[in-house]
Amino acid sequence: MREHTVLRIVSQLVIAPMLLYALYVQFHGEYSPGGGFQAGVILATAIILYGLIFGVEAAREAVPPTLLRVGAAGGLLIYGGTGVATILLGGNFLDYDRLFDHGGQHYGLIIIELGVGITVASVMIAIFYVFAGRGRQDDPDSDEDHGSADDYDADDVS
Amino acid sequence: MSMSVSLMLNFGLLVFLVAVALALARWRHLFPVAMLTGLFSLLSASLFTVLSAPDVALTEAAVGAGITTVLFLATFGLTRAREKPVESSRRLIGLAVTAITGAILIYASLDMPHFGAPDTPVQEHPLRHKYLVESQHEIHIPNTVTAVLGSYRGYDTLGEVAVVFTAGMAVLMLLGRGRRGRKRTKE
Repeated sequence: MREHTVLRIVSQLVIAPMLLYALYVQFHGEYSPGGGFQAGVILATAIILYGLIFGVEAAREAVPPTLLRVGAAGGLLIYGGTGVATILLGGNFLDYDRLFDHGGQHYGLIIIELGVGITVASVMIAIFYVFAGRGRQDDPDSDEDHGSADDYDADDVS
Repeated sequence: MSMSVSLMLNFGLLVFLVAVALALARWRHLFPVAMLTGLFSLLSASLFTVLSAPDVALTEAAVGAGITTVLFLATFGLTRAREKPVESSRRLIGLAVTAITGAILIYASLDMPHFGAPDTPVQEHPLRHKYLVESQHEIHIPNTVTAVLGSYRGYDTLGEVAVVFTAGMAVLMLLGRGRRGRKRTKE
């Protein structure tokens, strides 16, 4: 898609505000509409747009798949870990009041929403990589088991 | 926003939704179908905004109009982008199933409270006071949706995140790493 100048320039202008908007929805979710899930999806949309315009390889360099796997599990761990932390501090599971003397609920919500956002963004981008990667390297008409070894080597290097 | 403007917007958006749905059913080429499903989601998101549900609207716009459309297009890269012709006998069965399901749904909707009715469980249940008034003193967060999702219903949201994680891992195992791992053992 390198020849589409208009698309490229417009998406260059749009991607940075999209990332900023995702951060706004993430960290302003207690005051305005949105929260971790919406922020994660908006962040993923920005990266997917980047991948569509500049190629999946460029997107993979910016956001490596390994980071996504860590992020998908890490976000869930942050959420569950917050619950375990409140138990260790003497409360019930996810009883945020135990975290701090003042505003424990607020801080607890910020932490778990961050976990939600990281997991959702990582999973969405990872699914896009998998779909786009298959379309790029596999012949759609050939049976998967009969694919040539070269396809898979190229896949491994990436 | 006055009631009549809101009603007109609702009506207009619903008419557009029906029009897009009819166009979706007629098209055989799947690229325009993917674009129209994106448009359908965007119209739904507008409808949610008019109905004062911006949290749902944000999700619908980003997931339905954004990511799902891209995933549809990526799938066309793997399969054909044209619908297979269906024999007429199976079309009749499909039409019958659609008509019966639609009739049941319309019949069920007759039991629902009227649009904007003041005496629904949503308006009268004691939890309404708990969530909309007391949460401001218990959680100290203006956005009630976030307070309910994160605090009052924290377990459910943890479960949802686990579902997203599990679904993502399942896709990666089916299409991503698992496939490479299998190939490595062959080599």
